[in-house]
Amino acid sequence: MGDGVWLHAIARDLEPGAVEGLTGVTGAPVRTVATAGLVAVASPVDLDQFGAEPLRRNLEDLAWLERVARAHHAVVAELARTHTVVPAPLATVYRDDAGVREMLTQRRGDLDAVLERVDGRAEWGVKMYAEPAAAPQPQQPAQSSQDAPAGSGAASPGLAYLKRRRAQLSADEEQWRHAADGAEAAHATLAACAAAARRHPPQDRRLSGRPEPMLLNGAYLVDRRSADQFADLVASQAASHAELRVELTGPWPPYSFAAADEASP
Amino acid sequence: MTSIAVRPAERASLVDLLDRLLATGVVITGEVTLSIAGVDLVYVSLRALLSSAGTPGIIETARR
Repeated sequence: MGDGVWLHAIARDLEPGAVEGLTGVTGAPVRTVATAGLVAVASPVDLDQFGAEPLRRNLEDLAWLERVARAHHAVVAELARTHTVVPAPLATVYRDDAGVREMLTQRRGDLDAVLERVDGRAEWGVKMYAEPAAAPQPQQPAQSSQDAPAGSGAASPGLAYLKRRRAQLSADEEQWRHAADGAEAAHATLAACAAAARRHPPQDRRLSGRPEPMLLNGAYLVDRRSADQFADLVASQAASHAELRVELTGPWPPYSFAAADEASP
Repeated sequence: MTSIAVRPAERASLVDLLDRLLATGVVITGEVTLSIAGVDLVYVSLRALLSSAGTPGIIETARR
């Protein structure tokens, strides 16, 4: 099978030399395909590895996936530093340049809208976790043999245990609710100060690297000029919510805002 | 003024990167379940529009 075309991103126009020195997911040089007032940034891939069937298998190989994901991101991020781009999702592959041109022509309206939305803006990621260490401990009901119902005799220790257990579960749930409410409020504050906001599913604990449950996995589209202000806002939200642990990543290319019909949460 | 540490995107965890790279897309036929450390990470759908001569083929991934 012959070469396919891996799409990295789409821009309005790129100056000569804009992609010089950049290499794609197989190490081949990045190049451009232009039509309809848009420029696709692409690199060649072998359909033996990147055609539908092999791609499906390769995506299940974690080492392959990480290498390819980071190589794709490196190209997108370098361009996004100094240009307005619509990032392509991972593994958008065309059979040839004609296919790319057809996509640009067909999707021009959507792409123009996204380019306008992300122009002069970058994405920031804010993750929030329940922070049990700082959460207030609700009062535990007193447990003593005097609390046992009269005549329960030898059943008291078991009953007392169950009461404590139930109270602990209620306390845990209360803490969780408190943290979840805090994350909702914080997200609303951040979203109000961003051009757009989007929520990704919370990451599984085994993947996030933290034992506490993730309550918010937010992405915010922010004017580049307001980046410091946004970081300060995130910091102030973290400070005012002792029940939350807050992590900030960015700036990102606007991956989370690249879909044509993106809606705010 | 309180401050917060920022982790730059170039040093992002793979999970943070994949959250973004696998978002959106068109629903498709054929499914792949990606796993990291035994945890099903995403449910990825793949499609190939097989091309007859002259018709471009597109392969896109989408996240469920």
